[in-house]
Amino acid sequence: MIIPELGEYALILALCFAILLASVPLIGASRGNTLWMDFARPLSKGMFLFTLFSFLCLSWAFLDNDFSVVYVANNSNTALPWYFRLSAVWGGHEGSLLLWVLILAGWTLAVAIKSRNLPQDIIARVLAVMGWVSIGFYLFILLTSSPFERYLPGYPQQGADLNPLLQDFGLIVHPPMLYMGYVGFAVAFAFAIAALLSGRLDAAWARWSRPWTSVAWAFLTLGIALGSWWAYYELGWGGWWFWDPVENASLMPWLVGTALVHSLAVTEKRGVFKSWTVLLAIFAFSLSLLGTFLVRSGVLTSVHAFASDPDRGLFILIMLAVVIGGSLVLYALRAGQMRSESSFGLLSRESLLLVNNVLLVVSCAMVLLGTIYPLIVDALGMGKLSVGPPYFNALFVPLMSIMLVFMGAGVVSRWKQTSLTMLGQQLWLPGLVAILLGAVCTWLYAGELKPWVTLGIVLAWWVVLAGLRDLYNRLRHRREKLAGLLKQSRSYYGMVLAHLGVAVLVVGVALVSIYSEQRDLRMQPGDTLTFRDYTFVFDGNKHVEGPNYSSDQGQIRVLYRGKPYTEMRPEKRLYTARGSVMTEAAIDPGFTRDLYVALGEPRENGAWAVRIQYKPYVRWLWLGGLLMTLGGLLAASDPRYRKRMSSAAA
Amino acid sequence: MTPKRKQRLMVVLFIVVGVSVAVGLTLFALNQNINLFYSPTQIAAGEAPLSTRIRAGGMVVDGSVQRDPDSLFVSFDITDYDKTVTVEYRGILPDLFREGQGIVAQGAMNERGVLEAVEVLAKHDENYMPPEVAEALAKAGKMPMPEGQEFNK
Repeated sequence: MIIPELGEYALILALCFAILLASVPLIGASRGNTLWMDFARPLSKGMFLFTLFSFLCLSWAFLDNDFSVVYVANNSNTALPWYFRLSAVWGGHEGSLLLWVLILAGWTLAVAIKSRNLPQDIIARVLAVMGWVSIGFYLFILLTSSPFERYLPGYPQQGADLNPLLQDFGLIVHPPMLYMGYVGFAVAFAFAIAALLSGRLDAAWARWSRPWTSVAWAFLTLGIALGSWWAYYELGWGGWWFWDPVENASLMPWLVGTALVHSLAVTEKRGVFKSWTVLLAIFAFSLSLLGTFLVRSGVLTSVHAFASDPDRGLFILIMLAVVIGGSLVLYALRAGQMRSESSFGLLSRESLLLVNNVLLVVSCAMVLLGTIYPLIVDALGMGKLSVGPPYFNALFVPLMSIMLVFMGAGVVSRWKQTSLTMLGQQLWLPGLVAILLGAVCTWLYAGELKPWVTLGIVLAWWVVLAGLRDLYNRLRHRREKLAGLLKQSRSYYGMVLAHLGVAVLVVGVALVSIYSEQRDLRMQPGDTLTFRDYTFVFDGNKHVEGPNYSSDQGQIRVLYRGKPYTEMRPEKRLYTARGSVMTEAAIDPGFTRDLYVALGEPRENGAWAVRIQYKPYVRWLWLGGLLMTLGGLLAASDPRYRKRMSSAAA
Repeated sequence: MTPKRKQRLMVVLFIVVGVSVAVGLTLFALNQNINLFYSPTQIAAGEAPLSTRIRAGGMVVDGSVQRDPDSLFVSFDITDYDKTVTVEYRGILPDLFREGQGIVAQGAMNERGVLEAVEVLAKHDENYMPPEVAEALAKAGKMPMPEGQEFNK
């Protein structure tokens, strides 16, 4: 079989396309040569096709159990079900990079197809920048981490199996969604660089860039939410966010990306913040690259750290330096030409959105500091240390609380100039009601008013009620209220949905952080534990055989206020190929609470160490993430982004 | 000063004060929450402070794991093949915890010279060794050959 070789060859061809794409349209654009610029679209398509072919070759090698390929032998096994064999394609370092370039090529293709109404020189430059980024990643794969390398002459008859942790639905969906987000910021970056190159940074540029940024942001949100959900049920023993360096690596581009989404809105509507917006676009993508470096170079202790290789780390570091250095030099050369097209008052929607941006960027800087501080200290030879979650919580929670306060004010404020009196008139009622409702809800739920929980619930209400006030303002002067509702734009509803998502998320975070309960105990058959109206009865263990594992299944009956409620079956699995042990928690999900049971280790006389948890409102975390995702996608689908631009601009 | 300049000065002052408060708080929070890593050799030499949250790592010594039959209490020794330190822990150990495996424990030293762990970490890849542990072992000149070498190309 020569399929892996074809895959490698296709990847080399894709690299050639990327090189052409990075050069020909760019030269064409600088000389005004239409023919050369026209090459951008077909080259993008070619690059995508060959990358796709290469990806399919690797997928085939997995489906075919071709263990002569090193990567397949390390990450698959004949006993693995076919869908896990397919998702094992991105279960290791090399394959996940191939997925990365496939998605990058996919985004490039999408830009090539979807932006027919953009001026030709802009599209040529945007695609060329995508080409540059692609070159970096193709070289990275081909030089340091090819997934197509063979074991020659002898090769194993059986694969080493996929890490059991990854044999899960989470692996099928989490990395592709996350990469869609990461790589999507490359599009925002490409638009920013193209604008700098052409010197045409105006509201039109922001309008072209906005839907792409929103979609990338939406996918990143979804990817992070899925990652959190996966960690919760698969490895977290019930935790949903650990401030693990790799989580931080995805949170940082998200924070800057969120700032970018808002700053783009200001640039489009008002023609101000231009240089700031460009800077954010550059940093959002740079942070995505930094995330890749942190995850892939092995400098970090983390679940995500694959077997490390110093060459890889060095390569990404150089790429990072080129991207950041190059784009900042370009920025320095061109930023002086950017002029604001209007002015705004000290208190206005512009200034409130600026506050939002500052808070988001400060939060990001703080996460960055906590993440790389151990690396810096280590590099200076001052010892090994780690920064604990309390650091992040102590700073992130207050910062986000302040931001939520401004979020409510920002929504009802006006562009250009807002008077304090007007804001007061608009917001005293929502503020008062939010405080009352927040306190009442917290009291009804918990029978007490703990400061952080109450603050969280009050702020969630505040965001929702201020949003309602804004909606009321929009409909006040319309006679047909229902028709008025339908008249509002999709980007408006996208914003509403995303902000609602934030409120839902905040409720989830507040309640699950403070009111989760956990019991670790030793349970013998017949032992019971009662808390929060639920009684857990341990009935011993049953042996179960799976396709590629054997399992001890705990039999736990749950009673609700003494009446039979459900049965839970947590497992301890032994995956035979690697001989590794995995905990599969049993979860009884609910809208207002999860019951979570996991088996620890066996003890004498059929007893087990058992962890039983009550997780209030934990689903709201991911529900909030989902709402934000939908909001981002809805906003990006607004028809006004697809209006044909005047072709005179070209 | 014109009113406009005054306004600008206020804004600048506001930003300067805000930034310094933020930086101050950040550094304070950072200082409160760093956990230094110590190898068993360093701990045996008395370098680790008492009753301060630290991290310690090494290989779990074969035959050293003792579990209390009636509770979740467990004690074991970790070593860098030079010195060993006893770790006590109450709770559920991670799946990949076993004798001969590299682990990192987070906790505080007590007067008996025992690390009272609040968290025990073993990473989710049986061929993976926490970098701190690998370095500590290398320093002691006791780096074992990884068994699953074919996976760690």
